[in-house]
Amino acid sequence: MLLVGPYNDNGWSTATYEGGLYVQAQIPNTEFIYADNVNIASNPNTTAAQFAEQLLQRGAKVIIFNSDDMKDGVSEFSKAHPDVPVIWLSGDYAWKDGQRYQADLTNESDIMGEMEYGKMMAGCAAALTTKTGKIGFLGPLINDETRRLADAAFLGAKYCWENIAEQTTPLEFKVTWIGMWFNIPGVTLDPTQVADDFYTNGYDVVISGIDSTEAVVEANKFQGQGKEVYAVQYDYKDACKVAPKACLGVPYFNWGVALKPMIQSIIDGTYTRQFVWQGPDWKDINNADTSMVGFQKSDGLSADASTKLDQFISELAGGLNLWTGPMNYQDGTVFLKEGETATPQQIWYMPQLLEGMLGDSVAK
Amino acid sequence: MVTKPAERPESTGGLIRTLLTNRFSSIVIAVLLSLAATWIVISVMGVEPVRVFSIMLNGSVGSVDAVTQLLQSWVPLVLASSGLLFTFTAGLWNIGMEGQIEMGAIFAYGAIHFLSGTPLSGPLVIIIATFSGMLGGALWAYLVGLLKNYGNVNEIFGGLGFNFIADAVLLFLVYGPWKPAGVAQGSTKMIESQYWLPQLPGSYLSLWALGAAIVGILIVAVVLKGTYFGLKLKAVGKNAKASFMMGIPTSRYMLLSFILCGLFAGLAGSIQVTGFLHVLRNSISGSYGYVGLMVGMLANYQPWVVVPISLVFTALSKGATGLGIDLRLDSNLSGVIQGLLVIFVLLMEGVRNRLSRGSKGISHG
Repeated sequence: MLLVGPYNDNGWSTATYEGGLYVQAQIPNTEFIYADNVNIASNPNTTAAQFAEQLLQRGAKVIIFNSDDMKDGVSEFSKAHPDVPVIWLSGDYAWKDGQRYQADLTNESDIMGEMEYGKMMAGCAAALTTKTGKIGFLGPLINDETRRLADAAFLGAKYCWENIAEQTTPLEFKVTWIGMWFNIPGVTLDPTQVADDFYTNGYDVVISGIDSTEAVVEANKFQGQGKEVYAVQYDYKDACKVAPKACLGVPYFNWGVALKPMIQSIIDGTYTRQFVWQGPDWKDINNADTSMVGFQKSDGLSADASTKLDQFISELAGGLNLWTGPMNYQDGTVFLKEGETATPQQIWYMPQLLEGMLGDSVAK
Repeated sequence: MVTKPAERPESTGGLIRTLLTNRFSSIVIAVLLSLAATWIVISVMGVEPVRVFSIMLNGSVGSVDAVTQLLQSWVPLVLASSGLLFTFTAGLWNIGMEGQIEMGAIFAYGAIHFLSGTPLSGPLVIIIATFSGMLGGALWAYLVGLLKNYGNVNEIFGGLGFNFIADAVLLFLVYGPWKPAGVAQGSTKMIESQYWLPQLPGSYLSLWALGAAIVGILIVAVVLKGTYFGLKLKAVGKNAKASFMMGIPTSRYMLLSFILCGLFAGLAGSIQVTGFLHVLRNSISGSYGYVGLMVGMLANYQPWVVVPISLVFTALSKGATGLGIDLRLDSNLSGVIQGLLVIFVLLMEGVRNRLSRGSKGISHG
């Protein structure tokens, strides 16, 4: 597996790394090897495809690329090795109905969790906690994936603010993009600084959309100064452990749930190209063996908010679809008409933030 | 019992002095010292040094794929290092090499960006992009030279400043006008494959890029060692005032050395776009400018020496990527080894000069 960040980032890379370990533990006679920090800042002169070659030389039979940032490497490597199964986490080259479908990459499959549900829970937890009615979203770079996840967080927050907390004043939801999935000094905005700016400007809950833990670390620092602020983490189920009281919870991935059957099919010789976009197991969203997406609560979430969040999760499990019109894009154009629900393609390839959100829809 | 007490110490001392004052043996000693220091560093990290060196060797030359990756990375480094010999010879420190490589990449990508979709053929666009890149690098270096000559701004500070500006321009472009539609990810979209330098099948190596590097080092060698221009440039580097008094237009020579160096930097940048990454993105200079300065320092103005040293530096860098996979060590260890090598070579150079001066003093006394 190629990890875009360090294996111990307590975020995206750790979650995918643990998915690899899960497969190794679950399927006998498998061995998991990986290269981490596969990004241009850490290794400017070695591409993802070249790292994949190194894993291949070490005997790897399946190559897993763990980041959208590796899309060029996925394409390049898959074409060069049509006999090697390639799995791209968060990708969409195998989606026949997708905009980036690449028919010639016959060995390549994609896996992604329906994190939109996780982000809705994150938004809800934030809305049930904020006292100022101002929620910040610490965004990574701007693309379809990050826009749809930010939008989902907003939809969850708005729903819980209006329908569960029964607030009548408008909720303020602001997105600030740092420019990458993690901090690159001199290149991205400093996520520590962005989180600080949120907390000092009245945003008492920050939802993290990046792969590292700056939002919760800073919330913890501000709590130490007597301020009641919180963060919602992302990606990895134990991400809140760095500062549990400053954290409301974390929407996270159990990558092993989708990786295991795919790897097993490769071993069995029944592998076919797939696009997997898998949601939570609504019977138990925190079941590590069945739920691709979960939400782990943390100590910062009050008992009352926790109960109400459970109520919201039950509603989602019962079929509540927040992607239902009327809904407009940020620029006021119509996204969904009255009663219309969004298609998977509309959600995946989200072109803008939604009306009512502050922040940039596209880079300026 | 009769002894000759002074004889043995004198012969041992004489041997040590000879080893330290001989250029070749002093470099061997420097390499051995840097290896010993690296050995200590690795041991302190709790890892078997032999295993580390074995992985690095295997990762750099252990397979056909490793060798092609090594040569692919060697191309921009040898171009950067050999270009720097012009400015080194003129007594100048072109720290701005990083920015010049970036500008080369920007100009090359820009040419492809504006010419793609036109009736011009792929090879023609590649040629235009390559020359555009060289122009971009040369222009950026020229500005540093102008500041040095007419603004009295030391080229180190000027170069650093222009590195920051090149960074800013690059980030503006990849997050702004040249970003893929609707996306801001620090990278442009990939250029069409018709604008790629042809690569060896199954590898990332372009023989065209390799050829350009070899021709580049040949040009540097011929210009510096076989022309009056090279001789005069050396004179300027040794003593600018005396050269001026002898009728050499020192300012013009310094400017020319910057431009020549910038051409090489720009070529390296354009090859990063057309021959390797096929995008324009942040960190595209790959630190080749800074590593090139180390190579240039070690090469001591000798173009031919640049070839093996840059190859060793590239091998260290490529070989180290396996350390993360096999030993969970940070691949930056290669930077530590490179740094130690430079420090010990410079240290031994200092010792050699000091002892040589001492020897001359004794003989003349």
